[in-house]
Amino acid sequence: MTRSEDRLAAARAFIAALPYSRNLGMEILEVGEGVARLALGYDPRFVGDPETGVLHGGVVTSLLDTTSGAAVLLHPAMTGQATATLDLRIDYLRPAPAGLRLQARAECYRVTRTVAFVRALAWATGPDDPVASAAGAFTAGPARPAR
Amino acid sequence: MSGRPPPEPVQVVKQRRDAALARMAAAVPYARWLGVSFDRRGDELTAILSYDEKLIGNPRLPALHGGAIGAFLEITAIMELAWALVWARMEGGGAEAEAIDAGRFPPLPKTIDFTVDYLRSGLPRDAYARARVNRMGRRYASVHVEAWQDNRARLFAQATGHFLMPDGEDAGGEGGA
Repeated sequence: MTRSEDRLAAARAFIAALPYSRNLGMEILEVGEGVARLALGYDPRFVGDPETGVLHGGVVTSLLDTTSGAAVLLHPAMTGQATATLDLRIDYLRPAPAGLRLQARAECYRVTRTVAFVRALAWATGPDDPVASAAGAFTAGPARPAR
Repeated sequence: MSGRPPPEPVQVVKQRRDAALARMAAAVPYARWLGVSFDRRGDELTAILSYDEKLIGNPRLPALHGGAIGAFLEITAIMELAWALVWARMEGGGAEAEAIDAGRFPPLPKTIDFTVDYLRSGLPRDAYARARVNRMGRRYASVHVEAWQDNRARLFAQATGHFLMPDGEDAGGEGGA
């Protein structure tokens, strides 16, 4: 396998090992160095407002959080094999259109010895019409002792 | 001076409030899927996330998924705001209270932004959250949420969010999230 195929296989295994992401039906579309793109299919069980059929904000948050975590693990400077979210801010730019699959792309643009920084975008029709944007900080380096 | 009408029997008041809360909680499919329920004491709500294997993010620890925690906090914040609107109408009496009794609820507030602060990993057990409305204007609201598991004083996550209120949206005619 080439390096990028290795990465894609590892990322698929990562998502498959997360019960929550698997149960929401998340799927890996693309991976690169410090970059991940995931999809989440529309499902009536994940609706937040039955009047409009719009997906719950928490579902969008979940997709952005998982995509961001995957991007952190795909960064070449990451030594540990695990990461955890320290902080995640989501801006909801428009409602997620009812019936459409969502995609999110995250980029881990900086890793220090202890912290990884990520930005991400989620969309339904295309990246030029985003549904939400996110900025997050994740743990990096050796696993932290239990708190 | 006209005499005050006698207070309603306690079970009538309690039944009306519990029925309204149950309808609101059941109306959100994703909150049901996640396993969120609400406990009420007067107008104070406590959200409960019942532990389930499907909420796990890291099976090695194991720990709750950050997305599940964020979603739980956001559900709690939205419910707190929606409940405040419903409570005011229900307790105000008249046509608005009758509408609530008949199951006609105001539209839900919409999230503008939401920031989650992950303080500790979520253990594989039930979690609780309470939201505090720090400001509720006609158009915008700001809400803070705290979540814990075993000890109320030992938070495992907190969040702050801004929301667009349904009345404000009608009045302002703005779109927004």
